[in-house]
Amino acid sequence: MSPAPQGVSLRGVEKRFGNVTAVAAVDLDVRPGELMVLVGPSGCGKSTLLRLIAGLEEASAGEVWIGGRHVDDVAPGDRDVAMVFQSYALYPHMTVARNLGFGLRVRGAGRDEITARVGEVATVLGLTELLSRRPGQLSGGQRQRVALGRAMVRDPGVFLFDEPLSNLDAGLRLRTRDEIAALHQRLGTTMVFVTHDQVEALSLGQRVAVMDRGRLQQVGTPHEIYRIPANLFVAGFVGSPPINRLRLARDRDERGGRLRAARDAGASGHGGQGRLAGGPFRFAGKWPFDEATLGVRPEDLAVAVPGASRADFEATIVRVEALGSEQRLHLDGPADAAWVARAPPAMRVTSGDAVGVSVAWERTHLFGPDGGRLGAAPSPIRPLRAS
Amino acid sequence: MLDRAGRAALLTLACAAMAAPFLWMAATSLMGQLEVFSSGRVLPAVPLWSNYPEALTAQPFARYFLNSLVFATAVVTGQVATATAAGYAFARIDFPGRDRVFMLFLSTMMVPVVIVLIPRFLMIDAIGWIDSYQGLVSTELVSVWGIFLMRQYFRTVPRDLEDAARVDGAGPFRVFWSVALPLAKPAVATLALFAFIDAWKNLLWPLLVTRSMEMRVVEVGIAAFHSTYEINWPYQMAAGVVAVLPIALLFLFTQRYFVRGIQLEGIR
Repeated sequence: MSPAPQGVSLRGVEKRFGNVTAVAAVDLDVRPGELMVLVGPSGCGKSTLLRLIAGLEEASAGEVWIGGRHVDDVAPGDRDVAMVFQSYALYPHMTVARNLGFGLRVRGAGRDEITARVGEVATVLGLTELLSRRPGQLSGGQRQRVALGRAMVRDPGVFLFDEPLSNLDAGLRLRTRDEIAALHQRLGTTMVFVTHDQVEALSLGQRVAVMDRGRLQQVGTPHEIYRIPANLFVAGFVGSPPINRLRLARDRDERGGRLRAARDAGASGHGGQGRLAGGPFRFAGKWPFDEATLGVRPEDLAVAVPGASRADFEATIVRVEALGSEQRLHLDGPADAAWVARAPPAMRVTSGDAVGVSVAWERTHLFGPDGGRLGAAPSPIRPLRAS
Repeated sequence: MLDRAGRAALLTLACAAMAAPFLWMAATSLMGQLEVFSSGRVLPAVPLWSNYPEALTAQPFARYFLNSLVFATAVVTGQVATATAAGYAFARIDFPGRDRVFMLFLSTMMVPVVIVLIPRFLMIDAIGWIDSYQGLVSTELVSVWGIFLMRQYFRTVPRDLEDAARVDGAGPFRVFWSVALPLAKPAVATLALFAFIDAWKNLLWPLLVTRSMEMRVVEVGIAAFHSTYEINWPYQMAAGVVAVLPIALLFLFTQRYFVRGIQLEGIR
């Protein structure tokens, strides 16, 4: 029988390696039974945070709580956690059966109990035929399952996963991801899952914590992370293709909440003076900054034939990526800004076509000079002509 | 660059140069006492196999072999125990001054063995262990080269494996014993092999620290044999052949560890 799932709380947790701060003042609550995904680019501190929870690293400051127990001075083996490593970390000199039973053996469990428990887990994961093999004789997927089994066999209160799918090929990764989600549903155990893959994070996590440079950027449901990104980093990191960005500057000619496309408008713009058709923009509320960034997800741009009504600007198609289920259109817009839009697979377009592009303004995002989000959803920005 | 035939010729020449003394020793061990000095003679006219039992009973070689075996086994056990434990500590345990202490250890490798012979002898004499197994063995139980070898090897063991064991509930000793040490078997085998050979062919220290015939090891026995039967070369060579046999057999069965050890000798 599985024990009650344990919550995990981090209070002002920091980890420094010499002069380098790997994790900076992280406050995070993982609810009992929740599947929380930590996601971020390489070197953002997510794996270090996981190791701090496991007790494999000692926090430089702050506190780690597991199941309501302060565990900073508790050895990794006594924290009621189990971990699946990116490398799987299977003991190469032991058979699969001994790998699975190692944790129980260390804890002084009896031979019968170990055999029974190992057999049970092996059955669940389809490892029964492999029990007498060594890790070197297993495929990547089989090793992954053994690593999972080694974590399951002890019935821990918290599962920790450190990028366990990154060594698998694409198909197997997808299948194993589903298996982990199913396992979570079945066991109801708390899981903290680290990945650098934002698709994996959004598809697996009940909540997602996005990290960058050792700091938590946002914690929320996949929908919140994608639809209401807390800052420019989250908006840019989550989503593929990435969010379109347009730098905006205060319109000097007008007082109040008016903006127009900046001289160097797009991420790959070339400094044209142009404006978005229908600009300048109106910002609802008092506008405190000289410049800002407009973020538009590729699916929030609708492409139509030129001259169609409601088009916000006209652009030229530079490249078409036909992906089967959709098309990605690379556009050259006003102010030399480069945009990427999603289009239905049946839409007949080719490179060089001129198109009209309309923006789903209520789903756009506006970020201040420090990258922080301005205003809640729906977006406070509209083209002035709309008023 | 040499072509294939040139390399083969060079290697054959080198092999012949290496093997010649051994073959000469074996041939001489089967010659008559005067035949050794007859000019131009390389192989015995009639092999005198009786040289072997006569040589080996002229002195208590059975006892010498036993002593060598006890000495070498104790040295191997001691060096493996100390080198694995210390090597692991230097590789994995964070303690203040660890790297400085390690450098200090390494620096002792630059001190020639003969320089510390006298201090070692005086120490053993002071505690009354001259001419005893404990005197013979005790100062040979730690090998700095062995510690270095094991440290380097333990550093190559993936840290994830040890972390996994820690999360599984293993304490530091259990991690060492159940995970790190079994994975270091190839290095332990190399260390054990070289420790055995070093002990087996060690002459100087056993010569200093033993006095009675009961405590002599083979190498000392052959040296003593040399002075007693100085002119009897066939006897001496027969004893030499028998003394070399254990090492030759070891080589036959453990060639790959020898090769690994010789590669590591480069950093010794």
